[in-house]
Amino acid sequence: MLSISTLGKTYGTGERALDDVSFDVEGSQVVAVIGPSGAGKSTLIRCINRLTEPTDGEVRLDGTNLTSLSNRELRAARREIGMVFQEYALVERLTVMENVLSGRLGYVSTWRGFRRKFPQEDVQQAYATLDRVGLRGHEDDRADELSGGQRQRVGIARAVLQRPKIVLADEPTSSLDPETSRAVMELLTEIAREESIPVLINIHEVPLAREHADRIIGLTDGKLVFDGTPDELDDRALDRIYRSEEPGGNADRQGTPEPEPTAGDDVNPPLERVKADARSSPEGR
Amino acid sequence: MADTEDRDGVTEYPEWNRHDVTTRLVRFLGLLGAVSLTVLAWRGLGVRYEYVASAPTEIRNLFGRMYPPDVAYTGDIVTPMLHTVNIAVVGTLGAICLALPVAYLGARNTTPNDATYAIGKLIISGSRSVHSIIWALVFVIMFGTGVLAGILAVTFRSIGFIAKLLAEEIEEIDETAVEAVRATGGGPLDVLIYGVVPQVKAGFVGIAVYRWDINVREATIIGLVGAGGIGVELNNRINAFDWPAVLTILLAILAVVLVSEFVSAYARRMVR
Amino acid sequence: MTGTRPIDAYETEWRRPTVFASHRTKWIVYGLGIAFLAWNVWEARVSLERFVYGLGQGAVLLEGMVPPDFGVSVTANGIETERSFWRIYEGMVETLAMSIVATVAGVAISVPVAVMAAENLVPRPVYYVGRAIVSVTRAMHELIVGIVLVVGFGFGALAGVLALVFATPGFFAKLLAEDLEDIDPAQLDAVRSTGAGPLSVLVYGVLPQVLPRMIGLTIYRWDINLRASTILGIVGAGGIGATLNTAFNTYEYDYAMAILLAIIALVVLGEIISAYTRRRVQ
Repeated sequence: MLSISTLGKTYGTGERALDDVSFDVEGSQVVAVIGPSGAGKSTLIRCINRLTEPTDGEVRLDGTNLTSLSNRELRAARREIGMVFQEYALVERLTVMENVLSGRLGYVSTWRGFRRKFPQEDVQQAYATLDRVGLRGHEDDRADELSGGQRQRVGIARAVLQRPKIVLADEPTSSLDPETSRAVMELLTEIAREESIPVLINIHEVPLAREHADRIIGLTDGKLVFDGTPDELDDRALDRIYRSEEPGGNADRQGTPEPEPTAGDDVNPPLERVKADARSSPEGR
Repeated sequence: MADTEDRDGVTEYPEWNRHDVTTRLVRFLGLLGAVSLTVLAWRGLGVRYEYVASAPTEIRNLFGRMYPPDVAYTGDIVTPMLHTVNIAVVGTLGAICLALPVAYLGARNTTPNDATYAIGKLIISGSRSVHSIIWALVFVIMFGTGVLAGILAVTFRSIGFIAKLLAEEIEEIDETAVEAVRATGGGPLDVLIYGVVPQVKAGFVGIAVYRWDINVREATIIGLVGAGGIGVELNNRINAFDWPAVLTILLAILAVVLVSEFVSAYARRMVR
Repeated sequence: MTGTRPIDAYETEWRRPTVFASHRTKWIVYGLGIAFLAWNVWEARVSLERFVYGLGQGAVLLEGMVPPDFGVSVTANGIETERSFWRIYEGMVETLAMSIVATVAGVAISVPVAVMAAENLVPRPVYYVGRAIVSVTRAMHELIVGIVLVVGFGFGALAGVLALVFATPGFFAKLLAEDLEDIDPAQLDAVRSTGAGPLSVLVYGVLPQVLPRMIGLTIYRWDINLRASTILGIVGAGGIGATLNTAFNTYEYDYAMAILLAIIALVVLGEIISAYTRRRVQ
């Protein structure tokens, strides 16, 4: 079980990116974290495995307090947390197999890693996982020879090979076209079921979140403003997340913050359209 | 063609010119400056025209004395030629060892602070602005004539070149890939081996081989000031007016340089 | 996670693919490479004793070099320059003049060579001749050509200038030829279709496409020639190098240091001018 309590992050610039965020994740739940750009979604994900150091609060994974670990202990803890990145973050000049096997680096000695001599069961597992994500036969391709969707599958396979207790995904679909995005989300959902581990996904596209997640968490200005099922994510909730509506009511504040422009407008439709889509699809498809 | 009929309100077409007045003026002044600079430089050299006029004859005479090359002499230049290649290889190896830390300091994303960055940049430009033959002059004074001075000359000249290109290579690595390896729980060495090395390896091998190729050419000349290799032999033959032997050496240099260029280009294609 | 088949159906071994024909070839190539490097190090026979002795000599040399002596002395009635200062000054001027003359002459002969070495503009045999000229002039270092020409023409700048001119096609024609090969053929066809002759095709179809690049390359070559001019004097082919060589040979290390600093200043200045102008032109 992943348990986050009063987590906060203030950057060196004084910017408060994450403020008093608490929630628990367990079982094989697929949790989508949504919110406008700059709401602290990435900071939240990265604070969990401490790629970004949180400034206050705690993260506990099965009882271990990750925030207080020494570097060595942290490395051991990171082995149990799989991570999928926005821009795939594959080492492009290595083969697909090396990228996948790098998920085992925390378990094998540096010397074995250097010689690419991984234990037989790891290699077997890697072949099986590649087959599972639909990349059988691509083992010897270099990562930069693959398409975006294929690369993200390698990224997912790498995370799975860690045999993690939880998978974190930081905007896994933002560099992909809508079709591939859906496939990647499906894959992540299926992994949660098959491995019985929770998957925590940062995502821009509200419809995708509704469609695949069991639970949605909304962040605004670093604060948790929504936590519920996709059904509970109604217009009022969306307004609260995307307009940071305060009790006083800033009625004249029309300019909704637009999602970060990452890979073209068709991938990240303007917010109004996102919300329209969200309304028109009652409870996923 | 300009239409000059301006009676009865017929439109007068302006004269067509390629550029407007200022552009033309700037171009004209630039050209004028270049020409006068050349004339000035030529007069400053004080070269007598009859020398220039006799240049083709002189060159032909020189070749007449050289041709045919002294084939029997070929055996004697094998050793100095091997030394030349030696100097290039060992000099490049030495330069790589010394350039690695310099590149680390001279790359924005790895250098510890501004002061170390400045030191890195200073070493890079200092090494690059002194020609290898000048380094050779200095090292011959220190270590005496011979291969050692040559190796050091090549090394010191190459540090800046290798470090500069390597630093650029390091600055271009994809940080998120490095982060991903860190996120799997790999230690610092794992991160280096899986995250950083694969990204800079091809560039590094390319730079090293390319510099080795340049160094073969450099190693042919440092002997002219006594720093070992084929240059020493060339100098001796010229001083002895042994022209056929000189031509043999020149052809041998040509062959060695072309072969190393080919090897270098091939190796760089392989690692890409 | 299991794949579409039971886990034991999958292989347990994976080897990194290699660019070589086989893994065995790879190890042979690596082995040969290491053996070659080791042989080279061994062949150089650098003795530690000599190395340490040299370091001591280096200290002596450095001591002799600092402070540098530019040949300018301050006396009671102001600054006074000596003959040695004028030698540096004259050497620098000659170096600069050599670089300019050599660039103009070198570019003049390189342009036709570049056309010859452009695959898309000339027939095959001409192309091979062009490539051969480029290769040969690239392979021979300026200093080697310089030392040979000094014997032919006597000491002085003319030998140096000719050496630089000889070396220019190896750089200029090579790069220009690459640009010529990249030009847009449709523009050539357009000019040809107006019935223009070969020369007009060059002037109207080719030249406008490569002119800015030519100017940039010329300035770049000047920069290289300036560097080379500072050292050609070491073999007697004119420029500041002769003064430097003499200073080293007569153990005037402080004067040599002054010349070195002057050379570095000139080279850096040339690089700045070259970089600035090239940015403006291209």
